[in-house]
Amino acid sequence: MTDHTHHGHTHDDHTHDADDPALAVEALETILVEAGLIDPAKVDALIHRYETEIGPLNGAKVVAKAWTDPEYRRRLLADGTAAIAELGFGGAQGEKMVVVENTDDQHNLVVCTLCSCYPWPVLGLPPAWYKSLEYRARAVREPRSVLSEFGTELPAETKITVWDSSAEIRYLVLPQQPPETLGLSEAELVEYVNRDSMIGVRVAGV
Amino acid sequence: MPGSEITLANDGPAAPPRLNGELAFDAPWQSRIFGVTAALVEGGAMSWPAMQSALIAEVAAADTAGDEDTNSRYWTCWLAAVSKLLSDAKTVDAEAVEAEQHRLAELYAH
Repeated sequence: MTDHTHHGHTHDDHTHDADDPALAVEALETILVEAGLIDPAKVDALIHRYETEIGPLNGAKVVAKAWTDPEYRRRLLADGTAAIAELGFGGAQGEKMVVVENTDDQHNLVVCTLCSCYPWPVLGLPPAWYKSLEYRARAVREPRSVLSEFGTELPAETKITVWDSSAEIRYLVLPQQPPETLGLSEAELVEYVNRDSMIGVRVAGV
Repeated sequence: MPGSEITLANDGPAAPPRLNGELAFDAPWQSRIFGVTAALVEGGAMSWPAMQSALIAEVAAADTAGDEDTNSRYWTCWLAAVSKLLSDAKTVDAEAVEAEQHRLAELYAH
């Protein structure tokens, strides 16, 4: 990232007042840098890393492996944190990862009713809707309607379980493998695992 | 919050980051405070669980206050949580940050 975005200000196209959060952030960063607590280059690198390197692709690799390797699937469902760590992904913050499996009878949906707890190491940054009050409130109260709005219509007999993520436990949904993809390789299957299917608001597929 | 409207470019260095084609941040300050927080946690100057708790408290307060529920509001809560933690732990002097903020406001006003 360049110095331009680093200080983030194009003071020719808008004005700042003292309440502007952009100024508050810049002031805070300046003080922290002066105190030797952070390095601006490190901040740039971390933003870049979360935007481009850590993302839903990590989770997709976990799911594709589980679809093709029954032994891995067993380990993943028994101890999500350890099985995900096998692929080199883990929480810098050390949260426990729990993987919940979708079946014909059981659909799982993940929410964080309190704020935005989310399995960042495998899914990257949470989408805007995940953080909204509307999703946080309605996912618990009327999950079937919420799913329907995402275009996910489940049979009436399918049970829906809503998992409330917390600072300590992060849930990841293991979606059902689309029937048309049976026989594909692990690498090919990664393409079929979308982020929303690992939150549980959609099914897997392209 | 007044003054938080920022005109975004669709391209170039001022363009916001996108994730899977969806905005994760809708202003540069949001990704900046995210990165500053990540650097503080990685450097050991801040504990992530403490940050989570502080964020939960700020989001709950905004929910209770009935503030308009936007992505920007979320990052405003995040900024408030980080600021409070740093100030409470005396990691930074809140007055020094405020003074710097006023200095910058003056600087950009000219």
